[in-house]
Amino acid sequence: MELNELTNASGEWLRGAGPESDIVISSRIRLARNLADFPFLSRATEADRSAIEQILQEAIASLMKNEKLDPNTLYLKVGEIDQLDRTFLVERQLISRELADATGARSVVIDPQEKYSVMVNEEDHVRLQVMQSGLNLQAAWEQVNRLDDLIEEHVVYAFSDRLGYLTACPTNVGTGIRVSVMLHLPALVITRQIEKVFKSLQKISLAVRGLYGEGSQAMGDFYQISNQITLGLTEEELIAKVADIVPVLIDYERQARDFLIRESHETLHDRVSRAFGILRTAQTISSEETMHLLSSVRMGLNLGLIGDLQIPTINKLFVHTQPAHLQKLTGNDLDSAARNIERASYLRKHLDGSKPNGPTQN
Amino acid sequence: MLKCQKCDRQATFHITDLIDGKPKELHLCEDCAQNFLTPSEEDTSDVMPAMAGLLAQHLAVGETADQLARLDQMRCPVCSITFLEFRKQGRLGCPHDYEFFSDELEPLLMNIHDQTHHIGKVPKRCPKGADQQTQLIRLRREMKEAIASENYERASQIRDEVKAIEVQLKTAEDGE
Repeated sequence: MELNELTNASGEWLRGAGPESDIVISSRIRLARNLADFPFLSRATEADRSAIEQILQEAIASLMKNEKLDPNTLYLKVGEIDQLDRTFLVERQLISRELADATGARSVVIDPQEKYSVMVNEEDHVRLQVMQSGLNLQAAWEQVNRLDDLIEEHVVYAFSDRLGYLTACPTNVGTGIRVSVMLHLPALVITRQIEKVFKSLQKISLAVRGLYGEGSQAMGDFYQISNQITLGLTEEELIAKVADIVPVLIDYERQARDFLIRESHETLHDRVSRAFGILRTAQTISSEETMHLLSSVRMGLNLGLIGDLQIPTINKLFVHTQPAHLQKLTGNDLDSAARNIERASYLRKHLDGSKPNGPTQN
Repeated sequence: MLKCQKCDRQATFHITDLIDGKPKELHLCEDCAQNFLTPSEEDTSDVMPAMAGLLAQHLAVGETADQLARLDQMRCPVCSITFLEFRKQGRLGCPHDYEFFSDELEPLLMNIHDQTHHIGKVPKRCPKGADQQTQLIRLRREMKEAIASENYERASQIRDEVKAIEVQLKTAEDGE
């Protein structure tokens, strides 16, 4: 498979299907692993990095040959693709910003359906992640556990009986697992309850992040809830810690939506309709405003305030209007101002808005 | 003039590296040679501040400045990271650090995870020869250093040791 084949697709996590998919965008589990016979990356020489990369590349090739992995699996050396493609992969959540911006030998393995990706030479030698649409942590765990077993047939991981899987950062040692669920919580934001929710999550040692991981702003009212502890509990217990809290958050968000419908139906309907109106007619629009408005439209759609649209379409627009996606989709290298014009045009086309003004539009 | 193989400047360093036990000639300029010979430093600008804070907090309790300075100078014999470097980056240098710095890490792990023992998944192929894997990390580093100081005799001795361990590990693996 080629990288460009991913451009028009949208990947598992945006499929908009699965349990509770009106509020839960995706479930994701990642495992951090290191090879036993190499230093961690902070002490690795370029020769070490290349050797690690080669070992993993051979392991993946062998798994593909034995049909244990899809023969169309994509293996990309991140240092050999251009900046736009790297940003594209970050927007698509297939690699981290850290891997994109690093230097030296590093790679990513991508499943053709984008259900999993494996980062090589990120913070740890190997980081496996599995994505599932909607709330489906059990399936994500089964898949990532199997993938881990498959790769382990070909490598020896750094592991100690006492501390478990050894990782570059002591915050990941033990299981090396991060269980995260991405939620769309616009009503909790509108009703100003979101801060309260976060504080209570922190008390039970769960972390909250924005859409694009570490330190990212919560764009479009998307929030990722994940475990912080990785040691001293089993993987199943750590998954349960996150899985148990998600229904509570879903319930809070539903209550907030009910409250808005009940107490300020017109205001909410107006907000959603205006957002939809702007997205269908704007001639130039920033990525930030797009995310903000799409968030309202997504909620309005789930509440039946607007029709004629599908959730997967909206999910796809969140990502396809990001800078690198937009440039790859239109095949043009665009500066920020040109991107805003192109983004507006793209939105009008996909939201089937009124025909654009002016002769130069398509 | 011989050009550097990594950039276009004049190559002033002529290094013989041993890759898979075979010598490989490398011609590099001073900067590229430096990069080649020293471990690539990860960008430390985005070090997790939470962890740095946690470490500072834990170390401040009951450690005098002298003790702290001595602790900071402790150096892992396998990857050669010092405790100070770990404190600054928030990242360890090799799996052996968990053993070498275990006294210092234990309270930190307790602080982060509230636990110090793993009870989760165990790999099917537990590294029986973890000592050997650790030795490989150390020997490869020492080989690189021997080459850098042009001590080729020592480098080739180490190369033989590395090879012997690799063969042992391979045999153990095939015998499974």
